[in-house]
Amino acid sequence: MSERDRSLAFERPLFVAAVPAGFPSPADDYVEGTLDLHQHLIKHPAATFFVRVTGDSMIDAGIHPGDLLIVDRALTPAEGNVVIAVLDGELTVKRLQRVNAKPVLVADNRHYPPIRPRENQEFEIWGVVTYVIHKV
Amino acid sequence: MQPVFALVDCNNFYVSCERVFDPSLEGRPIVVLSNNDGCVVSRSDEAKALGITVGVPVYQIRALIRTHGVRLLSSNYALYGDMSRRVMETLEQFSPSVEVYSIDEAFLNLAGFSRINLTDYGRRIRATVKQWTGLPVSVGIAETKTLAKLANRLAKRSAEPAGVLDLTDTPNREHILAATTVGDIWGLGESMARLLESHGICTALQLRDADERWIGKHLGVVGLRLVRELRGLSCFSVESVPPPKQGIAVSRMFGRPVESLEELCEAVAAYTARAGEKLRRERLLAKGLWVFLMTNRFIDESCDSKSVFLELPVPTDDTGDLIHHALRGARRTFKAGCRYKKAGVVLTELTPADRRQIDLFDPTDRDASRRLMQALDRLNKQMGAGTIRYAAARLSQRWQARFAHRSPAYTTNWCELVQASAS
Repeated sequence: MSERDRSLAFERPLFVAAVPAGFPSPADDYVEGTLDLHQHLIKHPAATFFVRVTGDSMIDAGIHPGDLLIVDRALTPAEGNVVIAVLDGELTVKRLQRVNAKPVLVADNRHYPPIRPRENQEFEIWGVVTYVIHKV
Repeated sequence: MQPVFALVDCNNFYVSCERVFDPSLEGRPIVVLSNNDGCVVSRSDEAKALGITVGVPVYQIRALIRTHGVRLLSSNYALYGDMSRRVMETLEQFSPSVEVYSIDEAFLNLAGFSRINLTDYGRRIRATVKQWTGLPVSVGIAETKTLAKLANRLAKRSAEPAGVLDLTDTPNREHILAATTVGDIWGLGESMARLLESHGICTALQLRDADERWIGKHLGVVGLRLVRELRGLSCFSVESVPPPKQGIAVSRMFGRPVESLEELCEAVAAYTARAGEKLRRERLLAKGLWVFLMTNRFIDESCDSKSVFLELPVPTDDTGDLIHHALRGARRTFKAGCRYKKAGVVLTELTPADRRQIDLFDPTDRDASRRLMQALDRLNKQMGAGTIRYAAARLSQRWQARFAHRSPAYTTNWCELVQASAS
């Protein structure tokens, strides 16, 4: 330690900890912790991803451009789920339907036609959307 | 109880991480490059098929890249680190003890799982990791870690069942051991492999059946353990609790040679700040600090790489303290006229922060320091790394390594999240 350091050493107070005094809070026994939104919205942390939306084809499902989607890959996609799908090398958000046992990606916006993936087209469900976070 | 181990290893890990978030990379030759975009560190199967090897410098494969449209990506460690964590968390549901062996592989202890079909179990592990994280893995299962590793290597190539090989249930184990060269055995170094080959022991099968006395004499305890492991006698167990950290290191290659003390100090300060962040995340204090500066020894023969050790007066996790000492070290080590290609900082002699001893001669107000560091870490976590920086680490950072082809931090930065189109 240098001379300068040593001279500074005594400038700080020796006791800094608060000494407990007075009555304990009467609410202490009733404290149940705080609400954790993360815990509430995410069931499978390892499999959950946040995805940003571009475009308005899902607007009637309450999904707006710029919204944040919570996507759980651990869930098995079921008919009627809003899903993230891989189509021609791109991630897209649509509602999954089945027509004649074949998957159809439906937009929740009447200006967009449904998409029927062809046999030879690269198509895969990436994850199931569980919540939308929208700034009001 | 008969020990059983599964080694789960991600296939082409870095490339696979990139493909999860950019599916347009599927089916094309892709390579991920090392720091500074220098060499190939990860390849897609399509790139392997072109004969691109790990470690090859990019400039040597320019022609291949052009003719076959090989896509180059800079390494994106924020992404790979996060995906690794997800894989390891996913694996925890399959075994009571999981040992994270490296960023992309883990050993699972499956002892006592003998009533179930282990090949099916391996398939379930594979399918679950693929669904949860999007990453393909291979699973090797055997009664020792060495055999599990060997099984994993072969599982990667096997077509049926794809990506899973259970050696405990393989009648033609001899064939498999005979098809593995000693150089491919886990934990067997290159010099050991050469020695064995010079004595006619070229395959895992030959090593398994080698004379124990001869092995003990020439390869010592390490060699004996390997032989026993190949025979199915487990010598290594699953270490699910990682050993306490011995040191926290941050080092980087520079984007170009650095010659000025000023720039070198900026870099050392930036690395020290990063090391301090890691130190606080682990709730540790450092009492020792190494600074090392590396030169390009092929260019500057008179300039050697040097390192210096500094003992800190008080164990600390305060970035200001750490930078102060690291810069002292850097100034002491720096030699004018040398061209530096890399610098690094290692924090050592780590002790838990909750066992801090009060030092009457400590010039720093530790309580204020703790609050400042907490605020710093919180801001940098919420608003992105490097939002608040020490002035010593500068803003220009011209010496920083190049990552010209880096993909976004899809999973760790609010501003770079993966996008899905609704159009």
